[in-house]
Amino acid sequence: MTDSEISFDSQRRVHQASAVAPDAPLLEIQNITKTFGSVISLSDISTTVRAGQVTCVLGDNGAGKSTFIKTLAGVYQPDHGQLLMDGKPVTLSSPRDSLNAGIATVYQDLAMVPLMAIWRNFFLGSEPTKGWGPFRRFDADKAKSITRKELSDMGIDIRDPDQPVGTLSGGERQSVAIARAVYFGARLLILDEPTSALGVKQAGVVLKYIVQARDRGLGVIFITHNPHHAYPVGDRFLLLKRGRSLGDFAKSEISLAELTGLMAGGAELEQLAHELQRPGSEGPEGSADAGPAGDEVSEAGRSMLRDSSTLGQ
Amino acid sequence: MTTAAVRGDERIANVSVLRRLLVKPEFGSLIGALVVLVFFATQSDVFRSTSGVANWLDTASTVGLMAVPVALLMIGGHFDLSAGVQTGTAGLATGIMTTYWGLHVYASLVVSLLLMLAIGFLNGYLVTRTGLPSFIITLGTFLGLQGINLGVTKQVTNTVQVSNLDLVPGYRPLKDIFGSTISISGNGFQIAILWWVLFTALGSYLLLHTRFGNWVFATGGDPNASKNVGVPTGRTTIALFMLTSAFAWFVGNTQIIRFGTIQAQVGIGQELIFIVAAVIGGCLLTGGYGSVVGAAVGALIFGMTQQGIVYAGWNSDWFKLFVGAMLLLAVLANQVVRRYAEQSRR
Repeated sequence: MTDSEISFDSQRRVHQASAVAPDAPLLEIQNITKTFGSVISLSDISTTVRAGQVTCVLGDNGAGKSTFIKTLAGVYQPDHGQLLMDGKPVTLSSPRDSLNAGIATVYQDLAMVPLMAIWRNFFLGSEPTKGWGPFRRFDADKAKSITRKELSDMGIDIRDPDQPVGTLSGGERQSVAIARAVYFGARLLILDEPTSALGVKQAGVVLKYIVQARDRGLGVIFITHNPHHAYPVGDRFLLLKRGRSLGDFAKSEISLAELTGLMAGGAELEQLAHELQRPGSEGPEGSADAGPAGDEVSEAGRSMLRDSSTLGQ
Repeated sequence: MTTAAVRGDERIANVSVLRRLLVKPEFGSLIGALVVLVFFATQSDVFRSTSGVANWLDTASTVGLMAVPVALLMIGGHFDLSAGVQTGTAGLATGIMTTYWGLHVYASLVVSLLLMLAIGFLNGYLVTRTGLPSFIITLGTFLGLQGINLGVTKQVTNTVQVSNLDLVPGYRPLKDIFGSTISISGNGFQIAILWWVLFTALGSYLLLHTRFGNWVFATGGDPNASKNVGVPTGRTTIALFMLTSAFAWFVGNTQIIRFGTIQAQVGIGQELIFIVAAVIGGCLLTGGYGSVVGAAVGALIFGMTQQGIVYAGWNSDWFKLFVGAMLLLAVLANQVVRRYAEQSRR
């Protein structure tokens, strides 16, 4: 009962302050390496995150995305390399450390308890209290009104904060989790595959919230395996494959087509496209979620791109 | 709070009062209690007389006091199969230390409380440390304590009971606190009923209006998610097991102080009754959902049925059949109600 006696107000940092120097990197990740026994999960990974920008981390299954997140979230400590927050080296030895540094992680499993009301979930682990000593109690009115306000600020329309989280749709849940992280003074938001379990429309909604968070001056790390979700919102792209970096690009340095090609492994993609191609026919023309595909890909490659966005889900 | 709340109220106005009630986990048990009450009241005059009420409230309070921590623990995602036998351990420890080892009864009470807290800590620590189901861990403590209760009692007293606590100095005030009766229209109501109501209110407050309560829901609902957002799930679990043991201390000592005597086998089998009360009261077996008030109502149903069968002149051998049927009925009803309630909110 005595855990985290840090007062409620000190936990909630003022995140607007982070928008002061937009050019200085918020977080620099320098040559991070992490091994588990003889397995190299991450090898020499570097990238930067700036306030008000989105850094996308792309990779297929087994690329090391989860290890990467958990290193930033304080669950794992890197074997080599360092993290610089505002230019100063930081050690994140627990999830709590990471939270205190202003890094909030929205996990794929959402870190929300389905049977509990939205407002209880919103403040879980950082409940506001009122009263003193033995009469210190969970300030439910405050929690409810803040929950409602924060959600409506994000453009999320929740009828009733008493509703169990389990009754929300996947996109709504993701949005609540993002709103929660933003409220609790996150300066850096790590989103672990927030769109992967969602339909096209719901994924679009979540992408909008990512942009919202970015525009509020937060640095965002957006983990995904879907370049079509990453490219429209991303400012920087780190590609991982089997624990290694395939490159760390600014948006100006890479097109969606190149990104997709790199992710699927270029030649492998074309090979696969050939294998899948029906003899004497080409894929159907035009698709809503194909995005602004570059001109330099072949027709077969482009149809592959379309498919990859659905296959990936 | 001001504008946002008003706007929010408008938006939730379409959730009807009935549905708001249905969402409460204890709703089903309240209906059940009402049915049982009306049923036995029509069957028997004694049941509705003051002495009858005093009697079934007494039965209910013994179960109900333990149902408070057992419900909290179940909402927190765990069972304590040793909850019943621990009441015996607590009473026997106080009795043996006072009447055989010459410790003052107050000192014995303090020592036995520390002992119980240690047992609760052990239960909680083993569960959180090993990650094994609490069912197995506390089955171990259940059997272990059962052996210790009988073994130590026989060793020390050469009998299977500890008695004469009512002869020690300082007994009188204890009797007033733990075992006195309050007279209402000529009939004695056990003070334990008052403690039961008080502790149910406190337990419910703890669950619904404190940070700890929020952590209890979260720990039972999804321990991984809770850990990720910084809820100390391990410490919450240990605290719940210790709370259960502290209540066992209270109930066990109430027994020995009220009667002056306690049997070595006392409490064995009761652990399941506590769980039944919690489940009838709407606690989800898998954790994360439930109510302390509901558990109290579950205990009330248990008390009314046990005494009601006797008052109605039926063969009390069949009592457990009723409890079993009621448990199944309650679980089914709760499930239906919860599904309906959650659907209605979409």
